[in-house]
Amino acid sequence: MELTTVWFALIAILWAGYFLLEGFDFGVGILLPVLGRDERERRLLINTIGPVWDGNEVWLLVAGGATFAAFPEWYATLFSGFFLPLLIILVALILRGVAFEYRGKVDDDRWRRRWDACIIGGSLVPALLWGVAFGNIVRGVALDADHEYVGGFFNLLNPYALLGGLTTLTLFTLHGAVFLALKTDGEVRERAGRLAATLGGPVIAIAGAFLLWTAIAHRDHGGWILSALAAAALAGAVLAAYARREGWAFLATGATIVLATFALFVTLFPDVMPATVAANSLTVDNASSTPYTLKVMTWVAVIFTPVVLAYQGWTYWVFRKRLTVAHIPPASAPAREKV
Amino acid sequence: MDALDIARWQFGITTVYHFIFVPLTIGLSALVAGLQTAWVRTGKEQYLRATKFWGKLFLINFAMGVVTGIVQEFQFGMNWSDYSRFVGDVFGAPLAIEGLLAFFLESTFLGLWIFGWDRLPQKLHLATIWLASIGTLLSAYFILAANSWMQHPVGYQVNPETGRAELHSIGALLTNSTTLVTFPHTITACFLTAGALLLAVSAWHLRRGNQEEVFRPGLRLGAWVVLIAGVGVLITGDLQARIMTEQQPMKMAAAEALYDTSEPASFSLFTIGSLDGREEVASVRIPSLLSFMATGSPGGEVEGINDLQQQYERKYGPGEYAPYVPVTYWSFRLMIGFGALAMAVAALALWTSRRGRTPANRWLWTAAIATVAMPLLANSFGWIFTEMGRQPWTVFGVFKTAESGSPAVSSAEAATSLIVLTLLYGVLAVIEVGLFVRYARAGAPEIETPGDDDADRPLAFAY
Ligand code: HDD
Ligand code: HEM
Ligand code: HEM
Repeated sequence: MELTTVWFALIAILWAGYFLLEGFDFGVGILLPVLGRDERERRLLINTIGPVWDGNEVWLLVAGGATFAAFPEWYATLFSGFFLPLLIILVALILRGVAFEYRGKVDDDRWRRRWDACIIGGSLVPALLWGVAFGNIVRGVALDADHEYVGGFFNLLNPYALLGGLTTLTLFTLHGAVFLALKTDGEVRERAGRLAATLGGPVIAIAGAFLLWTAIAHRDHGGWILSALAAAALAGAVLAAYARREGWAFLATGATIVLATFALFVTLFPDVMPATVAANSLTVDNASSTPYTLKVMTWVAVIFTPVVLAYQGWTYWVFRKRLTVAHIPPASAPAREKV
Repeated sequence: MDALDIARWQFGITTVYHFIFVPLTIGLSALVAGLQTAWVRTGKEQYLRATKFWGKLFLINFAMGVVTGIVQEFQFGMNWSDYSRFVGDVFGAPLAIEGLLAFFLESTFLGLWIFGWDRLPQKLHLATIWLASIGTLLSAYFILAANSWMQHPVGYQVNPETGRAELHSIGALLTNSTTLVTFPHTITACFLTAGALLLAVSAWHLRRGNQEEVFRPGLRLGAWVVLIAGVGVLITGDLQARIMTEQQPMKMAAAEALYDTSEPASFSLFTIGSLDGREEVASVRIPSLLSFMATGSPGGEVEGINDLQQQYERKYGPGEYAPYVPVTYWSFRLMIGFGALAMAVAALALWTSRRGRTPANRWLWTAAIATVAMPLLANSFGWIFTEMGRQPWTVFGVFKTAESGSPAVSSAEAATSLIVLTLLYGVLAVIEVGLFVRYARAGAPEIETPGDDDADRPLAFAY
């Protein structure tokens, strides 16, 4: 296999890993006001992802860095072209990250409510916009002969891409509900399980429509197969959620996310950013780095990715226990006073 | 202002802001790990209390380091797309390696450290903070290798067909002579910064007679770290100045506002006159010092801006090749000055607190508390000097800042992002400083001995 193909596949894996992991973080954030009825429950929800959310976010940073290193043209065109949506995502991720760390640091209701808003918005907005961004990439955008994006902001808000956004938003929310059912105990677990079962129908409708639209518009065999598998996994997830088989449900929503991401990437290939005028498209060949750089990067990835996977996996093992409100200590932060 | 100027302002603001938190993360993670090691070794409660206290401050700071770092990673593509196209083959590699090797390590093991107090065996828990600390150093190395390549490009060739830089040797890139001096200079500066924080916060408490058992050792540890790291900063800074004179003579000339080649050249502590140093009313000068800094010998020749400008015009074609001299001249002095000031206060604090003494002088206390800001300023001026002294180039001698921007980004978009990020950073700064002060004032926690080994007891730490 050519190294450009290998790197295309690796970047697909990094994005799939990012959506798989931060997907449930986003879901937990979105469900904060729904499943956390009082302060202790909200803290319980946040603490289910407390030890891991930052490590999960690094998947995004590495996906970005790997794109820069392996396909500089893609990195340059994508990030300058989707400037405003990315800015919004950045602002959301900043507020959300700070909110996790600072929310519990002052014992004051107003303080906490504001950070809660940051967590909710900071999870909801990227969950929606990543889908919009990927929808546009797969659909193809207006690039000129220099591969510069010339389509403007509002063309990014087309029906197909918006459906993509709804897909990631609802899928991540379901993934988060399933995760919470798996990671908590008591009443929150019960509510999360019920919510997951209720969400099942709408998610199948939205994600199914998006995958079908993708498959019909592109007629890509690999894409068809992966989309079908993703749909099957989603159906399985919903069944498992009904049956309250929490482990299976989580595996299945995870599989749905990974398979759907792969379906999009396989549909793209060999383009990385198809243009409305085909001659201007960015492909794995005209967007890539030199073979030498790709070779260096391949060695680095081959050696270090297993190490990273091992210790991240171990983290999940360390924190495998279900949490309940009984585990949440009383607020110990200094109360709000004039500083 | 056009989109390029706006992008430059944004890069300067966001990077200097990121680098307020970075040195504290790098320095404090190691110091906290050291304190926790002392606790594990000796079992003395005061070390545990110190670990928890400084650890809290470290985490408040770390959160900001992380979220501001995310902006850094993406703004190359957003605001500097032509730069990214030109250098991606070379420059993307260290950035990606940084993510894979360093960011995963930092974030994962810090998560384990924060939440693992009662989940991991004591020694394993201690290992997690050390691993996170190693992660910060790795991260610094790779990003500084990327930056050093912009100061002194090596291991690459520009492909005449595509007009892009292509990597030929990753080994050369990672062992760039510029990286080898920049890394120790930056890391020692980071320790100086963290030491100053220990010194300042401890002084605040000691002045009020709070928790002497935690803050007297804190004061002395902080002061020693400032002094030792400070000596390291001086030595590595001196090495850096020499390498810089070889590689970017224009930057050295601009650092001294030296217009005419001199042999030997003196160093002015400060100058009164026109801002760019062309006209001088009065100055305090140390003879031969610039020659010594630049060449290692007191009589060495230092080239001036005017001669270099002519040389560069011959080499690179017509253009303006000097950076904006008022900034380079003053930022270089302020970097050194603020560092030296912090070291002086640290020395005084050590002397007046020797053998159990407590300093009586009110001014000394105030100075000790103010020390927290000095290295932060020195760091910012150091970077402003390094980066603005490289102008008009982004990659020295190869690629100009004027060619680096994003054609697809309008000035309205660029301005939106500058305004949004600056406002957001401003608000976050207020919140972070407020929290930091609140937790610093609260003092070190008392240690509660955990009860029985009940698996259902509350978490030792929770958000
Ligand atoms: C000398 C050190 C140094 C320098 C020059 C920079 N950084 Fe940094 N960065 C760090 C040292 C560091 C760190 C110590 O590793 C941080 C600081 C706080 C933290 O959380 O990790 C970090 C965090 C951090 C993060 C978040 C990592 C996470 O989620 O854990 C990103 C994406 C970046 N940085 C990216 C950059 C980029 C693209 C820079 C260049 C423009 C840059 N940093 C300059
Ligand atoms: C954290 C430390 C750093 C600080 C404080 C810093 C500061 C600055 C400043 C003040 C500028 C604006 C200069 C000007 O426009 O005149 C700048 C520009 C720039 N720097 Fe840095 N920098 C840092 C690290 C880096 C690193 C590590 C890289 C690369 C990996 C980098 C790449 C750039 C680029 C691409 C520009 C834009 C082009 C330019 O205007 O010069 N910087 N930086
Ligand atoms: C005698 C004292 C010092 C000397 C001679 C010195 C020298 C230098 C030089 C020559 C550079 C520019 C390197 C380049 O552009 O290639 C630099 C950069 C820098 N300095 Fe200093 N420095 C001194 C003190 C300090 C202090 C006290 C601090 C902070 C506490 C500091 C922090 C920095 C930083 C953060 C940079 C930018 C990163 C880098 O290029 O290394 N320096 N210093």
